[in-house]
Amino acid sequence: MTGEQPAVVVRDVRKSYGELKAVNGVSFTVAEGEFFGILGPNGAGKTTTLEIIEGLRRPDSGEVRLLGESPWPRNVKLLPRIGVQLQASSFFEKLTAEEQLRTFGSLYGVSAGTAADMLELVGLADKANERENRLSGGQRQRLSIACALVHDPDVVFLDEPTAALDPQARRNLWDVLRAIRDRGKTIVYTTHHLDEAEVLCDRVAIMDRGEVLALDPPAVLVRGLDAPTHVTLQKGVLPVAEASALDGVEEAHEDEVSLTISTRRPAPVLSALAERGALDGLQVRTGTLEDVFLGLTGREYRA
Amino acid sequence: MTAFRTLSLAMFKGFVRDKATLFFTFLFPLMFLVIFGLVLSDGAADRTKVAVVGDGPIVSALRDSGALELEPHHDEDAAVRKVRDGDLPAAVIVRGQRLEVRFAQSDQVEAATVVGIVNGFVDKANLAATGQPPRYAFAAEKVEDAALKPIQYLTPGILSWGVAVSAVFGSALTLVSWRRKQVLRRIRLAPVSATSVLSSRLLVSAGVALVQGAIFVGIAALPLFGLTLSGQWWLAIPLLLLGTIAFFALGMLVGAFAKTEESASAAANIVVLPMAFLSGTFFPVDRAPAWLQAVSQAFPLRHMNDGMVDVLVRGKGVEALLVPASVLTGFTLVVAVLASRVFKWEE
Repeated sequence: MTGEQPAVVVRDVRKSYGELKAVNGVSFTVAEGEFFGILGPNGAGKTTTLEIIEGLRRPDSGEVRLLGESPWPRNVKLLPRIGVQLQASSFFEKLTAEEQLRTFGSLYGVSAGTAADMLELVGLADKANERENRLSGGQRQRLSIACALVHDPDVVFLDEPTAALDPQARRNLWDVLRAIRDRGKTIVYTTHHLDEAEVLCDRVAIMDRGEVLALDPPAVLVRGLDAPTHVTLQKGVLPVAEASALDGVEEAHEDEVSLTISTRRPAPVLSALAERGALDGLQVRTGTLEDVFLGLTGREYRA
Repeated sequence: MTAFRTLSLAMFKGFVRDKATLFFTFLFPLMFLVIFGLVLSDGAADRTKVAVVGDGPIVSALRDSGALELEPHHDEDAAVRKVRDGDLPAAVIVRGQRLEVRFAQSDQVEAATVVGIVNGFVDKANLAATGQPPRYAFAAEKVEDAALKPIQYLTPGILSWGVAVSAVFGSALTLVSWRRKQVLRRIRLAPVSATSVLSSRLLVSAGVALVQGAIFVGIAALPLFGLTLSGQWWLAIPLLLLGTIAFFALGMLVGAFAKTEESASAAANIVVLPMAFLSGTFFPVDRAPAWLQAVSQAFPLRHMNDGMVDVLVRGKGVEALLVPASVLTGFTLVVAVLASRVFKWEE
């Protein structure tokens, strides 16, 4: 976050579709080299916000600066400096992975050699000659990210890159995203996987119903939540009454399989448990972004 | 320029790797050409066939002349039954010196043909029997008339139709599928003009049209079908290209309205099929009623077709291209302006 000039500035942007206020006064700034996440459930306004920044839609009001310029109307000077990953099927018909990259690259005047580099980066080097429609969902997703990066843009926009992927493919993609970040790119991405944003992002904006509810590094958001830590043990290792009496315990309850203790001072609780030799099945869960979302909206988070 | 080249190559590869498209571009029109070419081919099979009961000098003369095809019968009842059932237009029955013709009432033209031919042979035999030299001479000779052999109008017609179909479908389906799959959005986000994307797709369509022309004409020229090209057949090439551009523009218009590939394909069919039937693809328009001919003047395919017939088989020169080329160019301009007005980048 050293940049003299922020990569993205969004100031009080609004966009309505008829009665629906899709984006309702959103403001934030993304520094150069930052990994910025926009989180929220479906319909929160994430995609519309992203499309406005990319210059695909015109905001009803408010201002957007992308690398110091206005992205609307279509700003040809800006286009080579931004990379946009679209949904997993945005490919030319019947072309192989490498041909896709070469074709998209040619739109930017990029040499054919870059295509091979990009395949390497996203781990598809062995699929270069495979037709796009024969790739798995995760591979297609990685190819579409490679297509967004083929012209070496400064700012990369990814719209739900991990949606509809199985856990293994998601983890693979995280590595790709980290590799892009390590190349010094600014990444703006949307997701509805809160756990993922917690792992990847420098800062996150939590959106709901067209508004930004919170904006901070994930750890700061979670800490600020002042949510209790949940210590879970196997049922029967300790009676509920005894657990409730331990120093620092706020509440303890038991269900069919486990005993759950809530505390804001986990250190004395854990040492007391260790003294009693009651650590079977121990799990410690601190607050997460889902708790943050719950705290902000009063609703359970549902992707 | 490199974007244009790579895009053209990408779209060309996409085209040749799509088997369904290849079928509808090349084999499907070719099937029509082959089927109509064979069914409508005139010649020996066109002779009228009649039943014959009995034999004699007149029957032999008829047989030798080849004017009618004779189907010998032993039983008079069986021969007449064939006529009554509508299988044969007439039966010729020999009773010694007397020749009887029993003909079907339904087809007066064919019956008159048979009666006339048989009567002619009887008269000739009578004259020969008198030993008198004939006072009046009679000679018949073939004249090449303006009415064309079926293959001569089928080839230009089916070629125009095939080019129109592949250009309309090519542009309409590409546009709709790119919009749905957000390839259009991807292009809009790249520093490349819509014109170079469009023209690279158009280049592929133009190449396809030329290949269609070469294949259809090549096959129709086989001895089996017997197409004869006229001297200035190469004038068909500019016409093919103009037609491709016109129908490509029409496809863009269809693609601007259609939301899914299915609706684009249905809409393209609704536009192209009636136009094909009314523009002389499968039969010459001049055999149609006058009002229909007037209606067909409104279709660009009609003019492309007329131009094709003129330069491919009628041996006309560059002046025959004037009207078709003007109509196609005008059509292209109007439709392209319309299409660009209603064009949508996003769903």
